[in-house]
Amino acid sequence: MSSDAMALPSVGSAGRPWVETLHEWVTTVDHKRLGILYIVYALIFLVVGGIEATLMRIQLMFPHYSFVSPQVFNRLFTMHGTTMIFFVAMPILFGFANYLVPLMIGTRDMAFPRLNAFSFWLTALGGFLLYFSFVGGSGLYGAGNAPDVGWWAYAPLTSRAFSPGHSSDYWTIAVLVSGFGSIGTAINIIATIFSMRCPGMKLSRMPLLVWLNLVMTCMVLIVITPLSAAQIMLLVDRYLGGHFFDTQAGGSAAIWMHFFWIFGHPEVYILIIPCFAFMSEIIPVFSRKPIFGYPVMVGATVCIGFVSMSVWAHHMFTIGMSSYSNAFFTLTSMVVGVPTGIKIFNWLGTMWGGKLIFKTAMLFCIAFLFQFLISGLTGIMLAVSPFDWQLSGSYFVVAHFHYVIVGGILFAIFGAFYYWYPKITGKMLNESLGKLHFWLFVIGFHLTFDLMHIPGILGMPRRIYTYEPGRGWDTLNFLVTIGAFIQGIATLVFVANLVFSYFRGPKAGNDPWDAWTLEWSVSSPPPDYNFASIPTVASRRPLWDRKHPEDPDSRYE
Amino acid sequence: MEKKHKLEWGPVASRATGVLVILAGILLAASLCTASPEQDNPIPNIFRTYSTPGDSIVRLSWFVLAICALIFLVVFTLLTYAIAKFRNKAGDAQREPAQVYGSTQIELAWTVIPILIVVVLFLATARVIHAIQDAPKPAAAVEVTAIGHQFWWEFRYPALGVVTANELHIPVSDPAHPTPTFLKLLSADTDHSFWVPQLAGKTDLIPNRVNETWVDPQRTGLFLGQCAQYCGTQHAKMLLRVYVESPEAFQVWIQAQKQTANQDEKELAGRRVFETTACVNCHAVGGTNATGRFGPDLTHMMSRSTIAAGAAENTKGNLRLWIQNPDAIKPGSLMPAMQLSDADLEALVRYLETLQ
Repeated sequence: MSSDAMALPSVGSAGRPWVETLHEWVTTVDHKRLGILYIVYALIFLVVGGIEATLMRIQLMFPHYSFVSPQVFNRLFTMHGTTMIFFVAMPILFGFANYLVPLMIGTRDMAFPRLNAFSFWLTALGGFLLYFSFVGGSGLYGAGNAPDVGWWAYAPLTSRAFSPGHSSDYWTIAVLVSGFGSIGTAINIIATIFSMRCPGMKLSRMPLLVWLNLVMTCMVLIVITPLSAAQIMLLVDRYLGGHFFDTQAGGSAAIWMHFFWIFGHPEVYILIIPCFAFMSEIIPVFSRKPIFGYPVMVGATVCIGFVSMSVWAHHMFTIGMSSYSNAFFTLTSMVVGVPTGIKIFNWLGTMWGGKLIFKTAMLFCIAFLFQFLISGLTGIMLAVSPFDWQLSGSYFVVAHFHYVIVGGILFAIFGAFYYWYPKITGKMLNESLGKLHFWLFVIGFHLTFDLMHIPGILGMPRRIYTYEPGRGWDTLNFLVTIGAFIQGIATLVFVANLVFSYFRGPKAGNDPWDAWTLEWSVSSPPPDYNFASIPTVASRRPLWDRKHPEDPDSRYE
Repeated sequence: MEKKHKLEWGPVASRATGVLVILAGILLAASLCTASPEQDNPIPNIFRTYSTPGDSIVRLSWFVLAICALIFLVVFTLLTYAIAKFRNKAGDAQREPAQVYGSTQIELAWTVIPILIVVVLFLATARVIHAIQDAPKPAAAVEVTAIGHQFWWEFRYPALGVVTANELHIPVSDPAHPTPTFLKLLSADTDHSFWVPQLAGKTDLIPNRVNETWVDPQRTGLFLGQCAQYCGTQHAKMLLRVYVESPEAFQVWIQAQKQTANQDEKELAGRRVFETTACVNCHAVGGTNATGRFGPDLTHMMSRSTIAAGAAENTKGNLRLWIQNPDAIKPGSLMPAMQLSDADLEALVRYLETLQ
């Protein structure tokens, strides 16, 4: 096995002109650098999307407030949603997958390094196009405006009658282009996992992170396709006189909904499954126990992958489907909760009887478990279609999916940062700042999103730029905004920690957490070629075997 | 591995989460109980319903909430216990705990139990779906066609020959002789959603598609709602008011709405302004040559308590402002600013005020 890195110059060594460094980063095909590019790109958009959210929350602090105009508000929520899903969550998770998968399966790069770079730059172009709409949305003279059709871009709001100019086109093309990027990366990760594993790493010995990313990328391949198809049909409608979604010429608005949600719901799982992957690596290490029920975890994930493809129309319970369709999608949406529940229990089983170490990464994971539990339960409520007829399209739904995306996905991503930052940069993140970040974020998160359920129950619809006073929504909305500010401050602490620790953090060493997967066997940051000689593994925890030769895992598997 | 821990973060974390959840619960309970049922209902709370589909949804919802609360309590307790019990104690950081890889029995248990819960939840839900969606339409039902427009509601009573906007009047239903209201939902432009939380769940109005919903209200009063599907710039101010009235009051209202517009000779000047400007392109006034359908029917506009789809009270001042500069009340609405002289505006508003 190869733990000893050869002495080669590290990336970006001092004394070189910055143009050369820049050139190296732009032309790189190294999976680690591309991973970092994905992550940094996503972090920038996280800040942008966060600012958009903050502006919306200020507008909603008081009833009949006029901080921004309705037009601006509608653009803000469209851009916030599109940015956060397509240009924050997906790239950041692809970034971690890019960085970690080759290291964890003991190989030197992805299967197709150049495709990897191409996919990243496509995604980057997508984000650029989306924001270029602010300039070019009405033509090239710089009087543009962002799209204001919502991130689902429901027909017929996107038809030329309701969306003149080019802002919707920028939305369409941005999503289309970044979708091609996602498909490229998905193909690459699948090929890497199937053909580049080191000797001894059977599928049944792959770290769960790799397994879960395999399921996620297979889902990307399947569900990005209908989304891309729908975008192309929309362009045909807008420019070639097609009538797919043009209701005034006999097209169907409901068809767009089906196309969008057959992507849109699996998308939630595409985002959360890599977060399950983080949980499944971090919780065992900080519980000092192997993952509980590895085969069941794999099986449950594959099961989620399949079932989640058949639940999409629970986003459409209010569009007047037949009672049989509603019953069917109620059932499938509830069934997908079963494997998801199994996962929570397995993480609990992993912690049970362990020796829990509450590093910041672990704190984020524990908070994830509680919050994901709650969001799962509100998800069950929304799956009950009659209940959904009341809750759908209200602030209850907004609270529910932010509970998943912030309370679940973002918390898991923060956990992943605290866990793998030492590997990626070679420096430890500051634990005190980390705990400050954690507690501020927990407080802000719960203030915002716990309370946000209530205005929904009291009849407040989503996507309204202002609301009537006296309906019981005022105080709640004010508090929700305060919570948003606390989350904003917490995020600043996090960014400060990233920057501060990069320059001042203590050296991490190869294996700061006493962990068990292959990425911890190489130096931090890993050398360009990852492994001096390709390792051979005999169990799911190769480093455990090496640290405990008297009691290796391979004996039990 | 690591040294010691100054603070026991785990239990603190779980306790803080617990406290927050409980606080949220109390706030929720408080807000659910504060709405007084007797006066008009300013808070469109989905748990305080006064109509049949709404009521059956509430009963199902409480059942689902109870099951979810139970699951939450069990898992929350287990997680909290694990965090408090199994934290690493200072001093014995060197020894690894027993390495347990799984347990088929336990994993089977926590697979089968959720499946059973799903079966129960699904059966309970399927019953309610069927009861609401497949309900037969009684002969005595009132039929209304609701048409969503950017950004207002058109209500037509085809059997009764009445057209109105934004404020729906329906009769209260006597359980012995139910007179539910069946709504046919259409859209003139983009997607909208009809949502009056205290009467029923929402149903979308989708262009080029016919949807249906029904309500069977058990109590008179005013019930508030609004458009619940993003429909464009002024989605926020596409408000909805439903007046549930006694059968007698409903008949009186219908008779009044059936009349053609008041032709008050004193306000001829205002009527001339109305009929010679762009007003008639979009608005109809029964019995005159104003037959536009792009905007609300104004035949009996003074019988409505609000203008601009509920965005402002129907007062003389608001009317003037709305005609002169709609963006002051509802920026982005499709009503153009009419640019009238003061004299014309005054005459026009006086004429509109005769449209009782």
